[in-house]
Amino acid sequence: MISLAGRDILHSWGKFVLTGMGLGLLIGATLTMAGVYRGMVDDAKVLLTSSGADIWVVQKDTQGPYAEASSIRDDAYRGVLGLPGVAQAANVTYLTMQVRHGARDERTMVVGFEPGQPGEPPNLLAGRRLLRGHFEAIADVKTGFRLGERISIRRHDYEVVGLTRRMVSTGGDPMVFIPLKDAQEAQFLKDNDAIISERARTATNPALNRPGVPGLLDAVNAAQTVNHSVNAVLVRVADGIPAEQVAQEIRRWKHLQAYTREQMEEILIVKLVATSAKQIGMFLAILTIVSAAIVAFIIYTMTLGKIREIAVLKLIGTRNRTIAGMILQQALGLGLIGFVVGKLSATLWGPAFPKYVLLEPGDAVRALVIIMVVCALASTLAIRAALRVDPATAIGG
Amino acid sequence: MSISISRRSAFILAGVALLLAFIWVVARSGPLAPVRVTVAQVARADLAPLLFGIGVVEARRSYLVGPTTAGRVRRVAVDVGDRVQAGQLLAEMDPVDLDQRLAATSAAANRAQSAVDTAAAQLADSIARREVAAANARRYEDLGQKGFVSSSVTEGKAQELKSAAAQFASADAALAGARQDLARLNAERDGAQQQRSNLRLLAPADGVVTARDAEPGSTVVAGQAVLRLVAADSLWVKLRLDQNRSAGLQVGLPAEIALRSRPGQVLSGKVARIEMLSDSVTEERIAQVAFDTPPRDISVGEMSEITLRPPPVKQALTLPNAALRLRGGKTGVWVHLADKLGFVAVKAGTSGADGKVQILEGLKEGDAVIVHSERDLSEDSRIKVVSTLAPAGS
Repeated sequence: MISLAGRDILHSWGKFVLTGMGLGLLIGATLTMAGVYRGMVDDAKVLLTSSGADIWVVQKDTQGPYAEASSIRDDAYRGVLGLPGVAQAANVTYLTMQVRHGARDERTMVVGFEPGQPGEPPNLLAGRRLLRGHFEAIADVKTGFRLGERISIRRHDYEVVGLTRRMVSTGGDPMVFIPLKDAQEAQFLKDNDAIISERARTATNPALNRPGVPGLLDAVNAAQTVNHSVNAVLVRVADGIPAEQVAQEIRRWKHLQAYTREQMEEILIVKLVATSAKQIGMFLAILTIVSAAIVAFIIYTMTLGKIREIAVLKLIGTRNRTIAGMILQQALGLGLIGFVVGKLSATLWGPAFPKYVLLEPGDAVRALVIIMVVCALASTLAIRAALRVDPATAIGG
Repeated sequence: MSISISRRSAFILAGVALLLAFIWVVARSGPLAPVRVTVAQVARADLAPLLFGIGVVEARRSYLVGPTTAGRVRRVAVDVGDRVQAGQLLAEMDPVDLDQRLAATSAAANRAQSAVDTAAAQLADSIARREVAAANARRYEDLGQKGFVSSSVTEGKAQELKSAAAQFASADAALAGARQDLARLNAERDGAQQQRSNLRLLAPADGVVTARDAEPGSTVVAGQAVLRLVAADSLWVKLRLDQNRSAGLQVGLPAEIALRSRPGQVLSGKVARIEMLSDSVTEERIAQVAFDTPPRDISVGEMSEITLRPPPVKQALTLPNAALRLRGGKTGVWVHLADKLGFVAVKAGTSGADGKVQILEGLKEGDAVIVHSERDLSEDSRIKVVSTLAPAGS
């Protein structure tokens, strides 16, 4: 028994393969779109995982530090550290800003952290961890910075001593890690002109510059230039203690907002990336429907192109089952080629995207099942057309 | 048929190639791919620690020169940047009526001197009268005993003598009083003079004027500075070191000082003093670093970066510090043994300037550990050891 489908494909295999590849590119685009969505969610998750925290303590009534601005005093962590169940607590600052690097600017998220505490990058791609308490930086490899290079953040230069991978903000900006004290200064220190005009403003205020009270103006100026604020305190909970219990203690007694990992994930994924995720999800749905329609039409027109040959087959007495089998096998074969080419192309062009594209094996399996089902459904259309063919058309007009 | 067979084999070949490419792509990328890592061996080496902090150039001795009472500035003799000597007149306060008061007290003192002279003359007069009275009294007493004069005359002369003695005592007391008056008025005059000279603000030591806070005509309160001086040869750097990176800080440690105004230039110095008080708000230790040879034209308040190099730890077990990971609250490293990964908790010691860290417990010499990795690792991660993970050119 020879395979009718195989022989038919061999008869015009170039056309078959090209059709399959065209279909594959379309499937590749769909898979990539799914990857973009997964990447977006993964960016949010990796941000939380890389911080190494169980609880995020932020300003009361805010959803900081990622989704909303939050500012708390940098000695708040001491009070948190004293609560039962808290193993580690450390200050951290986040600030999205341009980092100067030679002539160009790089949009990054500058993270201020304390070495050996939550907030430190968990693993490095190259280089070393921070050694000096100031003016050293660990940068994500996506910034394009190289080891040993000097970058400028506000008024100081930092040496890049380490590189990380997949350390990004929810917006996909690569992270630059610098010591906390430098980050606090970078975040809150104004430029020189602003400082000088602020001093002049204070000096013209008669309440703050009274004759007969020497030193008052200096004291006011000194109080204005220091800032002991951070964006959040990252807390690691001791083993075996539920994070929610500790978070409740913090909310109740420290008058700060505290989020556990689940709540933070909810904020980031449900609130922060929700709109863009829905946008992409919508597009993904349309793309899937369009792809299915195109597959159906291709198989249908392919069958219609062979209508004369099918008529001949019917004339020589081939059974309907054999003809239906041939069309189904071809449709499934086409789907299979399409899937393989699609997965291949998505994997190849995925890394070229500016934001992370995560191609999950689960998504690939789901795509394969959908493609096969769509192909099978589409072939029923073609089979119906083929079975209705009058064998007379083989000899007639 | 032969055409069909060659077509068939070409088709199968293409299919197999596609399938192989597919398998390769699935295995090499995404979650199924092995994590690329770099590996280093625990080795014995000398470890040179490093302490790094930022400091501000300060003067060891600085002076605020101002009046001791409230007043108006009359004259300022020096300006910012002037070098002054100890005792040099820097500024003068307005004396207001102090000169007139001085003249009044000197006139009063002079008048007191005249009063002393008068009292002395009166005393001399009373002495003369007393002598005459004494001679008369003696003579009349003789005549009375011989019966030439009546006793009432004799008694009258004796009474005259007592009266003259009393007048002498009175004149003597008046002179002493006049002398004391003179001493008091002299002291008052000297006091006014002292106050007058106190309005001249003099340099307490050799130095450089760093600020001129009040101009002639402005009123200052007691203790407010008119001028500020620093001793130019006493400049040092106030160093702030993070408390958790200050182990090994000691007096006499050689220091490398990089001033912000002089990029690329490193000055040498030594830790001169370590303050006992830490800054509890910023959690920093404070130490003073003196220059070996104080540079000229250096500005007070300038920012500097200071690197201290405590003595090295000899033949320590070392590891690149990038190998240390935090996992479940424990610091440790991933040990690579016979293609298996295991997390081993370690106790880390001193950090070296070259990015190495001393391992106190947990590992032995020659152990292979994961240094860099593309992703976070777990026990069942598949890994692939490469020499470097960084993109080319870095």
